[in-house]
Amino acid sequence: MQRSMLDLWVGLFVVAGIAGMVILAFKVGNMSTMGSGDTYEISANFDNIGGLKPRAAIKSAGVVVGRVTAISFNNDRFTAKVMMAIESRYKFPKDTTASILTAGLLGEQYIGLEGGGDDKMLAAGDNIRLTQSAVVLEKLISQFLFDKAAEGGDGKK
Amino acid sequence: MQPSPVSGHSLPSVRRIGANAIDTVLRLGYATRFIGLTLAHSGTSFARPRLIVRELYYTGVLSLIIILVSGLFVGMVLGLQGYQTLTTYGSESALGVLVALSLVRELGPVVSALLFASRAGSAMTAEIGLMKATEQLSAMEMMAVDPIARVVAPRFWAGVISMPLLAAMFSAMGVFGGYVIGVVLIGVDEGSFWSQMQSAVDVREDVMNGVIKSFVFGIAVTWIALFEGYDAPPTAEGVSGATTRTVVTSSLAILGLDFILTSFMFSAA
Repeated sequence: MQRSMLDLWVGLFVVAGIAGMVILAFKVGNMSTMGSGDTYEISANFDNIGGLKPRAAIKSAGVVVGRVTAISFNNDRFTAKVMMAIESRYKFPKDTTASILTAGLLGEQYIGLEGGGDDKMLAAGDNIRLTQSAVVLEKLISQFLFDKAAEGGDGKK
Repeated sequence: MQPSPVSGHSLPSVRRIGANAIDTVLRLGYATRFIGLTLAHSGTSFARPRLIVRELYYTGVLSLIIILVSGLFVGMVLGLQGYQTLTTYGSESALGVLVALSLVRELGPVVSALLFASRAGSAMTAEIGLMKATEQLSAMEMMAVDPIARVVAPRFWAGVISMPLLAAMFSAMGVFGGYVIGVVLIGVDEGSFWSQMQSAVDVREDVMNGVIKSFVFGIAVTWIALFEGYDAPPTAEGVSGATTRTVVTSSLAILGLDFILTSFMFSAA
């Protein structure tokens, strides 16, 4: 094998391998949708987070504005404390509502932020006070059954 | 091993176990010293990158065909099988996620490392074993050329460099195969195929961990292959036995290491 041919093949091999990694990062992975890196962290307490996981998306009006960084249990208030990293270019008012929503019927859970009317903006380390817990299917069904039963009782009278 | 004079003829089966255990430990020790020597002599091969380039051709470029074709077919099979299973739950749109995650996390690094062990690892062992059997390594030593620096270290680095590249190409080809079957032939929606894949596959958690895995496998396979070749008895049977051992040992090492790495990388979710 001639030396220049060998170099050419090895060069092609390395380029193709790196191209494979780049394809995996951008086309298959979420590199292209990942933020520029600058984030600020805020927290929120939820009564129930359902199936929310770290790295879940935080959306506002359907646009991804950040990621959940950590979830822990607050033993003083018996609530779940969710830490969120929001991209620095997005600002939200102090009275923003955070609710846990589900993408589709069986999809992943994410946090939806809905801006309020406050003049002051949330800064790093702030806590969102207005939160709405995840919908727990069992509770919903039991409530539905309970209502049905109550209706049935009324009908007999 | 010299049998102890006291128990010269008693309990032969127990003695065999003991001899095997000592032999295993000795070989492990040799292998550790061998990798230490290889790393210590790597400076020379980096000073002469031409040696590594030549070995990159033989280990990497020549493994390309089998890696690319296997990746394509593994991806296509994943597309077919995944569609069959997912369609029972009415979630065909998650086909991209299934194909990409199984390739990037597991199949890409593991299958390409297994192929690499049988394609390039066995060739490495046979080559070095034959060099030893035909006393080329001794001849080098006579000429004051260190065979570890001249023969072993370039092959080691070529293997370590090419393994992650091959695994990445395997995964990329596999995703393409899954796309061809899922989107082009079966007709899964193209938008949801890619968008669900992109939202589920994390660059650091999935892609990077896959690259780390294949890097570790590359070290393990080339280490085993080179050591078996260097340690092979200098006979025809010795070299053939060493080649077989390379494939068997490195396949087992890949699977064992994969379990350990997976339990560290993906268990705490």
